[in-house]
Amino acid sequence: MGILRFIAARAALGVLTLFAVSILLYLGTQLLPGDVASALLGQSATPDALAVLRAKLGLNEPAYLRYLHWLWGVLHGNLGNSLTTGTPIAGELMPRLINTLFLAGYAAIIAVPLAVGLGILSAIREGSLMDRLASILSLAAISFPEFFVSYILIVVFASQLGWLPSLATVYDGMGFWDRVDATTLPAITLTLVVVAHMLRMTRTSTLAVMSAPYVETAFLKGLSRSRVVLSHALPNALAPIINVVAINLAYLVVGVVVVEVVFVYPGVGQLMVDAVTKRDLPTVQACGLVFAIVFIGLNTIADICSALANPRLRSRKRQ
Amino acid sequence: MKIAGRKVPFTAYIGGVIVVLALIMILFAPWIAPYPQTKIVGGVWDTPNPHDWLGTDSIGRDMLSRLIYGGRTSVSIALIATCLTMIIGVGLGFVAASTSKLVDNIISRVVDILLAMPILIFGLMVFAVLGTSIPIMIITISVLESTRVFRLARAVAMNITVMDYVQVARLRGEGIGWVIFREILPNALPPLVAEFGLRFCFTFLFIASLSFLGLGIQPPAADWGSMVHDNAQAIAFGGYAPLFPAGAIAIVTIGVNLVVDWLLSIHALPAGAGAEI
Amino acid sequence: MSKPHSMIDRRQFLGAAALAGAAAGLSSFPLIGQARAADMPTSGGHLRLGMGGGSTTDSLDPTTYLQWVPVNIGYQIMNGLIEIDEHNKATPELLMNWESKTGAADWVFDVRKDITFSNGKVLDADDIIYSINLHRGKSASPAKPFLAAITDIKKLSANQIGITMSQGNADLPFLLSDYHILVVPNGFTDWKNPIGTAGYVLEHYEAGVRCITKKTRPYWKTGCGNVDSIETLIINDVSARTAALLSGQVDAINRLDARTVDLLKKRPKVHVIQSAAGQHGVFVMNCTDAPFKDNNVRMALKYAINRQQIVDTVLRGYGHVGNDQPIPITNEFYDASIPQHTYDPDKAKFYLKQAGESTLAVDLNVSDVAFTGATDAAELFQQSAQAAGITVNLKQQPADGYWDNIWMKAPFCASYWGGRPTADQMLTLAYKSDAPWNDTFWKNADFDKLLLEARVELDQSKRKAMYGQMQGMISSTGGALIPIFIDYLEAGSNKVHGMKPNPMFDFMGQRIGEKVWMS
Repeated sequence: MGILRFIAARAALGVLTLFAVSILLYLGTQLLPGDVASALLGQSATPDALAVLRAKLGLNEPAYLRYLHWLWGVLHGNLGNSLTTGTPIAGELMPRLINTLFLAGYAAIIAVPLAVGLGILSAIREGSLMDRLASILSLAAISFPEFFVSYILIVVFASQLGWLPSLATVYDGMGFWDRVDATTLPAITLTLVVVAHMLRMTRTSTLAVMSAPYVETAFLKGLSRSRVVLSHALPNALAPIINVVAINLAYLVVGVVVVEVVFVYPGVGQLMVDAVTKRDLPTVQACGLVFAIVFIGLNTIADICSALANPRLRSRKRQ
Repeated sequence: MKIAGRKVPFTAYIGGVIVVLALIMILFAPWIAPYPQTKIVGGVWDTPNPHDWLGTDSIGRDMLSRLIYGGRTSVSIALIATCLTMIIGVGLGFVAASTSKLVDNIISRVVDILLAMPILIFGLMVFAVLGTSIPIMIITISVLESTRVFRLARAVAMNITVMDYVQVARLRGEGIGWVIFREILPNALPPLVAEFGLRFCFTFLFIASLSFLGLGIQPPAADWGSMVHDNAQAIAFGGYAPLFPAGAIAIVTIGVNLVVDWLLSIHALPAGAGAEI
Repeated sequence: MSKPHSMIDRRQFLGAAALAGAAAGLSSFPLIGQARAADMPTSGGHLRLGMGGGSTTDSLDPTTYLQWVPVNIGYQIMNGLIEIDEHNKATPELLMNWESKTGAADWVFDVRKDITFSNGKVLDADDIIYSINLHRGKSASPAKPFLAAITDIKKLSANQIGITMSQGNADLPFLLSDYHILVVPNGFTDWKNPIGTAGYVLEHYEAGVRCITKKTRPYWKTGCGNVDSIETLIINDVSARTAALLSGQVDAINRLDARTVDLLKKRPKVHVIQSAAGQHGVFVMNCTDAPFKDNNVRMALKYAINRQQIVDTVLRGYGHVGNDQPIPITNEFYDASIPQHTYDPDKAKFYLKQAGESTLAVDLNVSDVAFTGATDAAELFQQSAQAAGITVNLKQQPADGYWDNIWMKAPFCASYWGGRPTADQMLTLAYKSDAPWNDTFWKNADFDKLLLEARVELDQSKRKAMYGQMQGMISSTGGALIPIFIDYLEAGSNKVHGMKPNPMFDFMGQRIGEKVWMS
């Protein structure tokens, strides 16, 4: 099968997955107790106030009809209005999506080269002091819950040293370098969170292929260890490395709610958590859809890259 | 590449000692802890002193005792959940990689769907519907985390199934089980063992994030993740109460991974041998 | 560590300390001189508030306010009808010179003259009537129940309105001080950009993130509207909020963690404001459900809790013990003569025996969403109850959905009530037999009768006696175990002057924006 057909097939599957995710999210939020009216009113939810608000928000319609209305809107490029604020969701979501991608990109630019580089270096110098240090320090970094890493960074770099701001509030019209300055601490936090996973997988995957016969042959040819790692072991270890990088990149986009809360960063995660708490279903759906697109997109790219890296993966028709 | 001798590196000893200490803590917590885990023995965030070796927590309970009892909860939950995670994730990953394309696609798509759901929000929904108890927590964590393991296991197994020796075994007419256990598993072990070490740590953190949402372990029982969360406030004022549970998570994680690293280095031989069948 | 509990003295002291912008702990004598020097508001500057209590779903429509951030922003832009001052008295804002006829059912209010909205329109009675009516009739406003007794609002002249009530209420001015009732021009609906009569105009608003308001004209309220612009940042995580203050990124923060206040006070350039207030934590017992049906069981639990320990540990002294009735010491009708329930395992055992039991096991549902420190308080309760032979099993519940699933459903759970401006409002809301939020399901016909009588009584001393009697009834037979009243705690940097305690809500009744000034 040609690579283009492979890509097309994966993309089509991705779209199907998106539908499934939107349905699952919808069902999931339906299972949650309470609705937007009772969540909005909280402890002030008198039956009277609830009835008025439900009617106002159109919650008396059956759930599946509301889903279909929403879906119809999305297919026509309309994400609908938020139930809580009444404003178009797209207007609220887009700047936040850009913020989320900005932070994820910033963290990825630091984390991916650092992790893969250190991973390869650790594989080349297996057992050396540098290998062990990289391994232990990266493990220590991920063992701390991310909110705790954030607190420590804030205490040291914002409160004590005063080098960086503790708040990452970004807004329209902020200059690029101001944004970079504001998001440096969250980006470092995220880097610390994702580096260890990628580093260790790079190292182990590389070492795992080192015992393959063709690598032994390369050694026998008298090539240096770093040469063998880079040109013989690494290419064959790429598939798992690409997958781990994809998972972590997706995490940087989707899983950063806690960091957003601590640094007051206006990203999609916080919007989604607020929407779930308030049972603002259209907003939950929109955020879920965005997350799903990112996730499925990255996974699809990872699959395609893995296939490119190891052409035999594409020819599974053989069996 | 050859194994650097049969000598056990000193880091493996350190890892081993940590793991053994953790096991002792799990088994004998009530006998080694100086105080019951819920007893209030002092003021709030007392600094370490002869009575409370590690000081006290946010409502005046002995930090050391809570650390020991908390270790019991955290380490055992993390251990069980991680094993379950690996079994589900690796099992499905191998099946997907070694059976038909249809099965692969079905499993992969289901996993994609689960992966695409933000993990905390998914957890929130599950707990809201099923309630919180330790078994439900372990199962939820395992299912969610196994989706992450699945992608890796599948990718690793895919690389192996296309190898000539696997194709040869298939042509010989070997069954799926034989291919998975005799061909794929031995060759895929290194990255999976490494993954185990990391998943173990992620499980701790997952429980900690659950405590962020008011889910997780029921008070007043201690667990390390919630202990970091409950005491985190002290850090802004130079208190070090949260560093103890955080340090404990780090030490156990590092210990387990040192042992994992050692296992990996031993394992290099059989993997090479497997390739020659 | 023990703390003084005479809140009034403490509040006044802290007020002075706040004015001087000095750290607490110094002798108060030198502070008074400094306080005078710094007492004169100066104009100018940019005030940055770091606030918890906001979310991305907050709208500036006053009929939707449920959290403090939109209320605070609302008060920067719009005025209320009546303001509750620092002594818990109703004072004029846009309404003034009110009077009522006997029975407190017919009221007349003057509308303040020569006030303009930021769009140039002059304030008149129609604007006031429209703004009140936003919360009446087919409205989903949380303020609607308070205003239910109002049958008619008439425009008497361009600057006078008359209010008729189906049932008299001597506290109407207090009801009209509700923070939902903010004044906008007649017919106004553009809630994305509210127009008001207050000192500031909305410049930029991103829900749950940030709001900027600017001063564009002189403010009619004397001594207020001092700073040029206000930036409100939503920082829901308390550690992040504290760090932002300490690193100088914001000038004032609300909702401190009581556990860190003593540490915060030691910091230079920061001052802490403490306000005794009406907010209280409750462990709610359902009086119609076993075993809480029996008042002896309720009394046993009331004696099995160590209130002082909870105040000292969970609140670290920043609050005071409750006595199982909801009227705070800051309220003029508070009755200090009701015997205080204290921790007494023997008395608890005695009541258990009265109930025919020697031991008792109950499930207590708890979440920190009920009140900050609820889980810690419940753990302390669990400890202290053991001595009385009572086993309290804690059921930690998810914060999400707590009010839907647990509150008013589980027979024993943690809850809270924010302060209400009047005793009548608090008692009507949660203790009257037919109240929709009667979460203890406590029903007492004598109480209901007394409540209605007290509402229309205009003789203050008679009224005080009646409210005292009602407090006693709730304390000795009610289903609310109220261990603590929780103080509001907030902090400002030394650049912010004029921060004072307020008996209603934190951040000076959420009017901090117009009150303080910068140096």
